Amino acid sequence: MGDAPSLSDAARMASGDYAVQHLIDPEICIRCNTCEATCPVKAITHDARNYVVDFRVCNGCNACVPPCPTGAIDNWRQVAKAMPFTLDEQLSWDTLPAQAELEVTAGGDFPAEVRALTEIATAGQGGAVAPPWSAAHPYVNLYPIAKPALATVAGNFRLTGDQASADIRHIVLDFGSTAFPVLEGQSIGIVPPGQDAAGRAHHVRLYSIASPRDGERPRYNNLALTVKRVTTDHDGRPARGVASNFLCDRAIGDTVQVVGPYGTSYLMPNHPGSSILMVCTGTGSAPMRAMTERRRRRMALREGGTLMLFFGARSPEELPYFGPLMKLPREFIDVNLAFSRQPGHPKTYVQDLIRSRGADVVRLLRDGNCYVYLCGLKGMEAGVLEAFAAVCAEQGVDWSALGPELLRQSRLHIETY
Amino acid sequence: MNIDYSQKIPNNVNLAEDKALQRALEHWQPAFLGWWQEMGPEGSHHHDIYLRTAVSVERDGWAQFGYVKMPEYRWGIFLNPGSAERQIGFGDHKGRPAWQEVPGEHRANLRRILVAQGDTEPASVEQQRHLGLTAPSLYDLRNLFQVNVEEGRHLWAMVYLLHRHFGRDGREEAEALLERRSGDPDNPRILGAFNERTPDWLSFFLFTYFTDRDGKFQLCALAESGFDPLARTTQFMLTEEAHHMFVGESGVSRVIQRTCQVMKEHGIEDPARARALGVIDLPTIQRYLNFHFSVTIDLFGSDQSSNAATFYSTGLKGRYEEGKQDDDHVLKDRGYRVLELAGSELREKEVPALLALNERLRDDYIRDSVGGVERWNKVIEKAGLAFRLSVPHKAFNRKIGTFAGVHVSPEGQVVSAAQWASGVAEWLPTDEDRRFVASLMGRVVEPGRFAGWIAPPAIGINRQPVDFAYVRFN
Repeated sequence: MGDAPSLSDAARMASGDYAVQHLIDPEICIRCNTCEATCPVKAITHDARNYVVDFRVCNGCNACVPPCPTGAIDNWRQVAKAMPFTLDEQLSWDTLPAQAELEVTAGGDFPAEVRALTEIATAGQGGAVAPPWSAAHPYVNLYPIAKPALATVAGNFRLTGDQASADIRHIVLDFGSTAFPVLEGQSIGIVPPGQDAAGRAHHVRLYSIASPRDGERPRYNNLALTVKRVTTDHDGRPARGVASNFLCDRAIGDTVQVVGPYGTSYLMPNHPGSSILMVCTGTGSAPMRAMTERRRRRMALREGGTLMLFFGARSPEELPYFGPLMKLPREFIDVNLAFSRQPGHPKTYVQDLIRSRGADVVRLLRDGNCYVYLCGLKGMEAGVLEAFAAVCAEQGVDWSALGPELLRQSRLHIETY
Repeated sequence: MNIDYSQKIPNNVNLAEDKALQRALEHWQPAFLGWWQEMGPEGSHHHDIYLRTAVSVERDGWAQFGYVKMPEYRWGIFLNPGSAERQIGFGDHKGRPAWQEVPGEHRANLRRILVAQGDTEPASVEQQRHLGLTAPSLYDLRNLFQVNVEEGRHLWAMVYLLHRHFGRDGREEAEALLERRSGDPDNPRILGAFNERTPDWLSFFLFTYFTDRDGKFQLCALAESGFDPLARTTQFMLTEEAHHMFVGESGVSRVIQRTCQVMKEHGIEDPARARALGVIDLPTIQRYLNFHFSVTIDLFGSDQSSNAATFYSTGLKGRYEEGKQDDDHVLKDRGYRVLELAGSELREKEVPALLALNERLRDDYIRDSVGGVERWNKVIEKAGLAFRLSVPHKAFNRKIGTFAGVHVSPEGQVVSAAQWASGVAEWLPTDEDRRFVASLMGRVVEPGRFAGWIAPPAIGINRQPVDFAYVRFN
């Protein structure tokens, strides 16, 4: 068994193991030397022709970015980790190379911060992977940061109960006559207005779309987001999320700048008979709601396939979409809710429920027509993969072989934050 | 009026604790602001401008962006962090601890260096004060004002050193810096190029490309100084100087790009037809380039200079990238090749390296400037046009040094007075050229719009979009 590739090795093979490489645009650079003088780790060097960044030394601290007078420093390319651009290559450039087509449907010139967020979100599967073969073709990056789309808030209501600690909201954005085509599983970027303390425009924040491709209200060019008002950081210290508070405080009729859409791999299968196994916590439910709603609207077509959902929250009051979920017929979707803070009940997590439904989960994992989606906080990822391994072992299936197989077939998609 | 200088003047030199210095600057600041009102950018005092302000030398401190009215700009005093162990890196005092106070025997020379450097800063603001009225876009207008306020800050940097280290002499020199006027025949600025007019934006871009690059090289040489406060001051000024050269390099590049674009669209190569379509023809750009290049390289001084040798040997002013030179850093027994006129030929001769330090800095400068010209040529090449720009020979159109009064063509051929007279209209901007360029200058103030003779930039300032309202008129 020791020789079998681990999930992460296989993920690297499947994904090509990409990294984001920091580069300087030789067409815009004026060779002023401020970046080289600023770099705390001496990653930047030059010859008579170009200034270049050593991939092996650069730690991505961005200390060189504010002093650059031209913006030439702010360039990033996704590369195979084993084959970054060498110093010699960079020294010979007159222009920056175009982004190589590494992803199956990579497109557009993505903002650096969106790439960085995507890299973090997909780290669990070793970087971006291909979408299901029957996924619809996504549009990406139609609206870059320089030219955001303007959307109007058409709805904003609280999903969590009054007693719940988290303020999670369902926000509907209307695009009017602006085209903004999306697919379930894609994200959009919100650009909060104003500037940070350093006087720079705020960073883009990404939100998964919670409505199906034809809109929250079908055919009205709108979409829904599931937004949690951020009041603490990952470690529980007080921190006010700029974008989430901005969104949660929008009144109906207010406008919002939107960039994107983004996402070319976390997409749902569309072929008849395809099944979906979904595991999520909190606002990680957004893409699951989008996919479920897509299937619900097409129930009459009897396309077949199973939907199975594992959904975790602290309590029913804190579980977004709890009410509507409870109304879905059992034969349409197999819903499993895990509550970790319900008075009088033992703490239950999604991985506990996966274990208790072991036989059904393994049947789906082994079904070549079933696609598996994880979405939620980083912390859930390891627990869920361990639970998959455990239930497989119970059923006599080798997860260390099945996991990589799922990745190779684009049947396992992880997005955690 | 009591001004809280620790608030009003951002600084990292403990200004609040040095009462004498504080009083001196209290006295000087109103004079500076008076000079700015009189000689600063014309008609700009009420505009809100999206400017970069340095509030510390830390990574996040020196590039703070926000809307500012220029007279309220916080001109600060910043020295790069020092090291107690720093040693003098060249000259007779090489290896001794760097000076924190001015050594008595070098006092006059140091003052002279500071005054010469300091004088260029307000001079360029004066030269550029009318340009705002003909800015080709809000983006360019903002860049002009950024250059202006930072020249003002560089003046503060030199005045701080004069006040802090030179007592009454220093205070008098600081006042004189506000009294001289660019182009004033009775009380001109010290250096020739800083008395030339900057009448149009093509001149401005070439000035910031060539003449601010002279600033870079002078600052680099001073950043090596054994007088530590000067070294640390100029190191910080260099980070700002980079923006000025960016304005020049990208500005010229955008002019060329627009010209090439129009030439390609209409399938023309004839300069007159390019002009008729409202863009600046490439030969005119070449003539402007010849002018600014030759005027600027005069700024490095005589090709053989005993002053330069003294400044070096006494540890006051080093070479460009002194630390990277692989030699003894004393240069007593070294030679350097300079050009001389022999009959009607230019030829090289070897002279003592110490005497040739101006020439050496000029040669380093020329190498650096050629790089940007090659990048401009890439723009022309990309458009598929055969024309190429080049810098003229370093003996061309010189007013200082061996070649003052000698007629040399841009290709480096010594020519007669008659040949010069017949060629000069091809080599240097004519009155007609200047009139034509001036005729294109009209103010564009709508965000995102650009005058027809210049292309928009590839990206905005501080990640803002190109059509951002970089200046708000009030």
